Amino acid sequence: MIRASVIVFPGSNCDRDIKVAIERISGFPVKMVWHGDASVPASDFIVLPGGFSYGDYLRCGAMAAHSPIMRDVIAKAKAGTPVLGVCNGFQVLCEAGLLPGVLMRNRSLKFICRDVHLRVDNDQSYFTRAYRKGQVIRVPIAHAEGNYFADDETLDRLEGEGRIVLRYSDEDGDASNAANPNGSQRNIAGISDATGRIVGMMPHPERLYENALGGTDGRRVFESAVVNFAEAMG
Amino acid sequence: MTNASATDANTSPAITPELVAEHGFKGDEYEKLLEILGREPTLTELGIFSVMWSEHCSYKSSRYWLKTLPTESPLVIQGPGENAGIVDLGDGDCAVFKMESHNHPSYIEPFQGAATGVGGIMRDVFTMGARPVANLNALRFGSPGHKKTRHLVNGVVAGIAHYGNCTGVPTIGGETNFDEGYDNNILVNAMCVGLARTDNVFYSAAKGVGLPVVYVGSKTGRDGIHGATMASAEFDDKSDEKRPTVQVGDPFTEKLLIEACLELMATDAISSIQDMGAAGLTSSTAEMADKGGVGITLDLDHVPQREENMTAYEMMLSESQERMLMILKPGHEAEAEAIFKKWELDFAVIGITTDTGRLIVNHNGAVVADLPVPVLANSAPMYQRPWELKEPPKPVLPQWVSPPNSTLGALKEMMGSPHLASRRWIYQQYDHMVMGDTVIRPGGDAGVVRVHGTNKGIAACCDVTPRYVFADPVMGAKQAVTECWRNLCAVGADPIAITDNMNFANPERPEIMGQFVGAVKGIGEACTALDFPVVSGNVSLYNETNGVSIPPTPAIGAVGRVPDVSKMADIGLRNEGDLIIVIGREQGWLGQSLFQQMFAGKLEGAPPPVDLSDELKAGKLIRALIREGRASAVHDCSDGGLLVAIAEMALAGGIGAELFPYEGKLPSHAAWFGEDQGRYVVAVSPHKAEEVVERARLLALPARIIGKVTGDRIALKGETFLPLDELRKEHEGWLPDYMENPLE
Repeated sequence: MIRASVIVFPGSNCDRDIKVAIERISGFPVKMVWHGDASVPASDFIVLPGGFSYGDYLRCGAMAAHSPIMRDVIAKAKAGTPVLGVCNGFQVLCEAGLLPGVLMRNRSLKFICRDVHLRVDNDQSYFTRAYRKGQVIRVPIAHAEGNYFADDETLDRLEGEGRIVLRYSDEDGDASNAANPNGSQRNIAGISDATGRIVGMMPHPERLYENALGGTDGRRVFESAVVNFAEAMG
Repeated sequence: MTNASATDANTSPAITPELVAEHGFKGDEYEKLLEILGREPTLTELGIFSVMWSEHCSYKSSRYWLKTLPTESPLVIQGPGENAGIVDLGDGDCAVFKMESHNHPSYIEPFQGAATGVGGIMRDVFTMGARPVANLNALRFGSPGHKKTRHLVNGVVAGIAHYGNCTGVPTIGGETNFDEGYDNNILVNAMCVGLARTDNVFYSAAKGVGLPVVYVGSKTGRDGIHGATMASAEFDDKSDEKRPTVQVGDPFTEKLLIEACLELMATDAISSIQDMGAAGLTSSTAEMADKGGVGITLDLDHVPQREENMTAYEMMLSESQERMLMILKPGHEAEAEAIFKKWELDFAVIGITTDTGRLIVNHNGAVVADLPVPVLANSAPMYQRPWELKEPPKPVLPQWVSPPNSTLGALKEMMGSPHLASRRWIYQQYDHMVMGDTVIRPGGDAGVVRVHGTNKGIAACCDVTPRYVFADPVMGAKQAVTECWRNLCAVGADPIAITDNMNFANPERPEIMGQFVGAVKGIGEACTALDFPVVSGNVSLYNETNGVSIPPTPAIGAVGRVPDVSKMADIGLRNEGDLIIVIGREQGWLGQSLFQQMFAGKLEGAPPPVDLSDELKAGKLIRALIREGRASAVHDCSDGGLLVAIAEMALAGGIGAELFPYEGKLPSHAAWFGEDQGRYVVAVSPHKAEEVVERARLLALPARIIGKVTGDRIALKGETFLPLDELRKEHEGWLPDYMENPLE
């Protein structure tokens, strides 16, 4: 039995999508947890979904980071519960201080919805373990604020500790400027905390988890969590 | 009975002829109002009637003709007359859809105008109990060279993206044209498709007396007052001054409103519900009361207000966004209120249904309006305006149009032109995958979303070719309906029904009214023959500035059902070695073609004729080929003709094509670029190609094998080949270059 919880903020809009993807892949029901609740039920992992929490009228994710449920998400994360933040969820993780850096407006100043190629640079994190290091995958992005920024010292530390999990690349895995859709520093698409249990990513793995949607490259993000759990049990 | 004019006398100014004219009453309309009321209206009443009688709300010029359209079929659950049309998808599922214009506001304030257009059409859909699952839009801008075009494209696209993306509804399709005819009147037509359960649909008729009238959503402000009136008049040089009548949208609130309404709709609390769109509180109360045969008494003191000291006039006419009006069943207030409080939305009981048959509006202890509901809802004038329809022009013979120096050179130029260049820059700004059910993305013939949790799909598209309609309104409108039908067939969907968004200029001019009448006739003929009825629609007239009118633009939005989403086709060529077949009659029709426009520098002659019985046969064959897995790619032939269709298929799939030389009787440029209707290009594995050709022939449909899927270029004997990379650069380059290099 896998116990996953998806936090629903007012304005979340990928909450159902990611719930469905996890349920199809794991075979177990996912709990939806309302932002106003005081605590998250005991979970093997917690997901902060994409969307426009609170309309994102302040900085993206800034309001959500201070919603009642986040106090417990932060506490549980610090106590070791794995947390995945996708798109707006990544922004929330940064605003909540669980991950370093910020997501700024895309350099084009436009919302971008399309498939991108990603190179898996860390295959040890809780949510990327089912990939191989160096593997190139195709997953969609859909955001206006995905331009990852941190100071050089932070970037060097992330790099040094192997915490850059996913980078925008071309089909051959070259993380070139041309393959960078939004201007992110060092082509960063996803990072983790020092333990590898908290992962934030701008791309939407739940949008390419089955062939009917045009591909399955996103599937292993969730399989990673399922595989980990099986190992922990076994 | 209270006499409104007496109690409101202290606050209401005298109704002067100037005030009457400012409210858009024309000719003898005000005299008619005096006669109906038997007294002078109060200011609030004058405002109420001005919006109810506006062209936008009353359809006074168009109603007579719209009533002639076919609106029924075994799959139609709800035709025109409600917030949106409803069609049956089987298994207890239904699709709820409509297209609506937001032209005037989008020209004045493109971002908010377009954004609130999307918001408004989504409310029309979820007010019926449907979750919005797909948005589309049909956009017409002026010539790229016009000084305002870039600004308008930028604003409109960003506005649509802002609203659709935040509400989490995928934008799966649409179309965009550039033409100088829209220089001063752009068109923004937004379509929404929702999904509901057939046994849980909601209507607007207020039934029962003594029930609470509940206001939910955003607070009321002074925005959008007289938006409907603005949308019912032509523009002049001072149109920018109308900016304050444009509403401001808040997609976050809309998202909350969708969730709260759908949550409440899952209970048994709602008797009837209606969104507050054009003419806000006025038209929603009048329509709900009228349809249910009841009266409503409102107390405006309870309306949630964003600004202080709002008058009754302002509250009744405000078009503040993201608001709904509901009649609850007895004893359900607390349950409903709890849901709206959870979603942090306003909830207020602002009135009660009565047996008086009157709309009575109280404010600050005074009766500010007291009107008989049936009169308010149904007394709007209906005009049979004079119209004249020109004889359609004579056809242009193919040999009258000079051939290009190079066929593939012409192709490249067309593919990189504003008419055909890729719209990727636009649709990439729209989230087209949210909800996790988009199985055919934008860029092809139709978008498809799965019915959540099933393997059925809803296919949707929109189309019209205004240059055809301008040349011959009847044939052009027929073509628009048929092209939609074809687009649905081309993905493997069974076409079900359409919504029409009739964009025309000033109907008081007989030649414009003639375009409208002709277009309605053409739509009617096509819908009847194809069993493809009209279930909803919208009319936008007065799209003209200083006497210059837009091309007649009856935009058609269509919905079809895909029985099994694992059996569909899209336009991308896939398999090296497949043969390319064109199915359908070839006439080399260059009159009104894009080729003629670009290379002869003019548009002449009759538009290509549509043969509706051939369409039926071809569509049926195509759907069968797709479902049997015979077709690895399908595309209909439209703007630019056969060669353009093949080029689009090659670019979409990333594989080239080697084309066999044309050896028929037509001039070859007419065969490659003619815009003959009723044709599909299909890619088929080589050992099945003859069988497919034979099956077409058995239906008396011409079909021929025209080339092979291969390589990374378009090749045609006797011509320098065209590398796909080069074609792609041309095709993808124009729009981003245009938008991002303003100092060209």
